[in-house]
Amino acid sequence: MSEPKIRIRGLKKNFAGKQVLDGVDIDVPARSSMVILGGSGSGKSVTIKCLLGLITPDAGTIEIDGRNILALPAREREAVNDRIGMLFQNGALFDSLPVWENVCFKLLAQNRITRAKARDKAAEVLAQVGLAASVGDLSPGELSGGMQKRVALARAIAATPDIILFDEPTTGLDPIMGAVIDGLIRDCVQKLGATAVSITHDMASARRIGDEAAMLFKGRIIWNGPAAELGHTGNAMVDQFANGEREGPIQMELRR
Amino acid sequence: MSAAAEAAPRRKPLDIVLDGVAAIGRSAIGMARGVGAVALFAVEGVSHLARPPFYGRLVLRHFIEIAYFSLPVVALTAIFTGMVLALQSYTGFARFNAEGAVANVVVLSITRELGPVLAGLMVAGRIGAAFAAEIGTMRVTDQIDALTTLSTNPQKYLVTPRLLAGTLAMPLLVIVADVLGVMGGWIIGTAKLGFSSLTYLKATMDFLQFSDVMSGLVKAAVFGFIIALMGCWCGYNSRGGAQGVGGATTSAVVTSSILILALDYVLTELFFAR
Repeated sequence: MSEPKIRIRGLKKNFAGKQVLDGVDIDVPARSSMVILGGSGSGKSVTIKCLLGLITPDAGTIEIDGRNILALPAREREAVNDRIGMLFQNGALFDSLPVWENVCFKLLAQNRITRAKARDKAAEVLAQVGLAASVGDLSPGELSGGMQKRVALARAIAATPDIILFDEPTTGLDPIMGAVIDGLIRDCVQKLGATAVSITHDMASARRIGDEAAMLFKGRIIWNGPAAELGHTGNAMVDQFANGEREGPIQMELRR
Repeated sequence: MSAAAEAAPRRKPLDIVLDGVAAIGRSAIGMARGVGAVALFAVEGVSHLARPPFYGRLVLRHFIEIAYFSLPVVALTAIFTGMVLALQSYTGFARFNAEGAVANVVVLSITRELGPVLAGLMVAGRIGAAFAAEIGTMRVTDQIDALTTLSTNPQKYLVTPRLLAGTLAMPLLVIVADVLGVMGGWIIGTAKLGFSSLTYLKATMDFLQFSDVMSGLVKAAVFGFIIALMGCWCGYNSRGGAQGVGGATTSAVVTSSILILALDYVLTELFFAR
């Protein structure tokens, strides 16, 4: 079996006495799309922030292409981060900049493009997410929620990253726009040949964008397998979550 | 008396005193930790001035935001302060038959003290709050995390240009405040107090020394740095949603105003009292 693109082992994080991650183990194969499921407070966002280097875990390893990125010197870690794109839950677009500058922000920061050429590049990437070039001159505040998500997706893929992380990509969108964003995510990941990790609790979205899925509960992975099996995995907790059932083992566990 | 209250052990007076001392100690340690954290934040912000990439465009944007858009409020404050100062000093000096010293007092007070302090307080209210609100909103909407994922050091991008712009813009504002403050005194002196225009201006220019103006400008640069620093610090460390940003904005204005007044005394003592 080939080496996974991302390998997380024994990841632990404690915040003020609360064990948010309690030994997370995940393997993400190269050029695949992994969806991490879990309820609110299960540790999904903390896992992804550890991957990005925004939070330092208390224990464990995160390997990308076989190198433990937590042990890398700052400069090498930055070089790894340069290969990662991220779509934030609320888009996190910079209000003070026009859309084209948001889209090309990373390319400009890395001096991979001049400001003169950035508008054309932004138009090209915006087209990939189904937006007109004229959107580039608007400010983020002038966009609808769905358009903001598309621009944020354009920003995440503009620098052609190896790995793309998606934090609740369809939260706050209507079902149709959610499906559109999922389709764009699927297309972008396939065209770029990137490895994707998404966190979500939207099951329809998870089935659409995921090849593999894993479920986090109380800071641990309690199941992982093909995303297509969600809802009939044989794991009572995962099936309750995937099918959105009110009663089941998750309620029993949370009451303890 | 309830059974529970009867069962509770009575505290000795010494324990109460020790608890008080411990609380004071905890506050002192917390304050020292806070001052240290702000100092490190400032050092890191300043250290980025010497390392590329440089964000000249952002420095210019913040410079215009501070210097140009604060002009009306600083100008109004300075001109009315000069007018009031002329009236009040005339009232006092008339009791000693020293009315001729009004122009001297106005120009000295404005250039050495009131110009930088009042401009500083006005800019703290306007710019300190704006910086804290903008950066605080960026914090709570993940924009600061987004900067990190976009190969950009958030402190270099958000803090350093503001520190530089604040330090450069405040002296310019104070020059304007000095001129308008003196002009306010001249208006009252000539229109109401019976000074001839030439006499008033001659008294002002004869008495004014280069060091008076420079001392005010040094204060202005320090105040500009402090206003930008506290705005950035409070915004950068804001937590939660709208309430957190509101709290950060208030803290930025209050702390920078107090620091301006405290540092005004320190700088006056350090440079000018000898």
